[in-house]
Amino acid sequence: MEKRELIAYRTARFFEDGDLVNLGIGMPTMCMNYLPEGVDIWIESENGVIGLTGAPKEGEEGDPNVVDASGGMSMMRTGGCCFDSFTSFGLIRGGHVAATVLGAYEVDQEGNLANWTVPGKTVAGMGGAMDLVSGAKKVLIMMEHCDKHGNPKILKRCTLPLTAVNEVDYIITELCVLERTAEGLVLKELAPGVTVEEVVSKTAADLIIPQKIGCMV
Amino acid sequence: MPKNKVVSLDEAMGKLRDGLTVLIPGFVNCGVPETLIKGIIEKGYTDLSVISNNTSIKGRGIGMLVHENRIKHITCSHIGNNTETVEKVVAGEINVTFVPQGTLCERVRAGGAGIGGILTPTGLGTPIAEGKPVIEVDGKKYLLEKPLHGDVALIHAWKADKMGNLVYRRTARNFNQIFATAADLVIVEAEQIVEVGELDPDVIHTPGCLVDMIVQI
Repeated sequence: MEKRELIAYRTARFFEDGDLVNLGIGMPTMCMNYLPEGVDIWIESENGVIGLTGAPKEGEEGDPNVVDASGGMSMMRTGGCCFDSFTSFGLIRGGHVAATVLGAYEVDQEGNLANWTVPGKTVAGMGGAMDLVSGAKKVLIMMEHCDKHGNPKILKRCTLPLTAVNEVDYIITELCVLERTAEGLVLKELAPGVTVEEVVSKTAADLIIPQKIGCMV
Repeated sequence: MPKNKVVSLDEAMGKLRDGLTVLIPGFVNCGVPETLIKGIIEKGYTDLSVISNNTSIKGRGIGMLVHENRIKHITCSHIGNNTETVEKVVAGEINVTFVPQGTLCERVRAGGAGIGGILTPTGLGTPIAEGKPVIEVDGKKYLLEKPLHGDVALIHAWKADKMGNLVYRRTARNFNQIFATAADLVIVEAEQIVEVGELDPDVIHTPGCLVDMIVQI
């Protein structure tokens, strides 16, 4: 598997049948392609809808009034429903969403997340990310282990402005799965062919290395 | 309450002036009151303070106000979908205050519901919390966020009856329902205007008592 596919494949295995899940724009939406058999999840999109299924396919007629969190047209499945933004964020903040999946610029060993701004470089705004991370039952960060220059993104302490404090539960990368616990970041699983030493060398946070480490696939 | 609030675009726009605080709903470019925005541009109003979720896309919706330099300040959660807004913010031509999307919903809801503020966990420990009181309730910490209110709200409805009872369509509902509660003057553009009594009272999203004027798209 290509590394983004591996990350999506593993992340999709965190979901349970029937879960209400919010998938961030970009790589998180790839999870839908890797759901295990027997696991059917419902997509909550923060613009006020449950039950989105993706862009109209050839031959399907979309409705410009049905869009996803990136503003692109999407289809809806039977049983889905629409509501206002206030209800949407009530679902998110109120703990009614089982999992939120987002990318990150940086994550640290205390479960702090930075994914909304790089001062002097980006001025996009946080959108719904701060609410999603504060409110969802499980916060899954899926990202490439290092930045494009090869620098670690998993740190002792985030350096960028934070999105949320102590909220990250799992980090899924092309190298490993890390779980954030009260004691720190635990190396739960390795990708095939990846060694503990490689993960440690590419991670700037302290890692707890258990006796038994699982495999991501 | 008047039994017929339908007016011309020109008459509705005649109630506005320069420098107003304007609530404009929409998610990216879905559910944006584009006919009313065009009306503002035609009348030449400027120096507006806009409260919105984002600024649509380049050249559409709120993006038209950005392009025509009518906005001096914007309170929103995200501008990343509109490259022109980003350029103008970076150049210092528009001031921006970013508010997390769920917090934006709650602040406007508070503004429309006579509530003096809201307590939210969103943004704790992040730059959003700077200068805001942190209040502890039953051992949990929350940020105090103040209400938002506008001089005018511009609303996009799917169906309106002549008294202003409104129904929104699918995800075009988004911020429309909340924003219609929180301004001194509420102007609606409707795709369809129907006679009073034609809408089922149980499916009305916005009660007509909130609406001042209705314009046919």
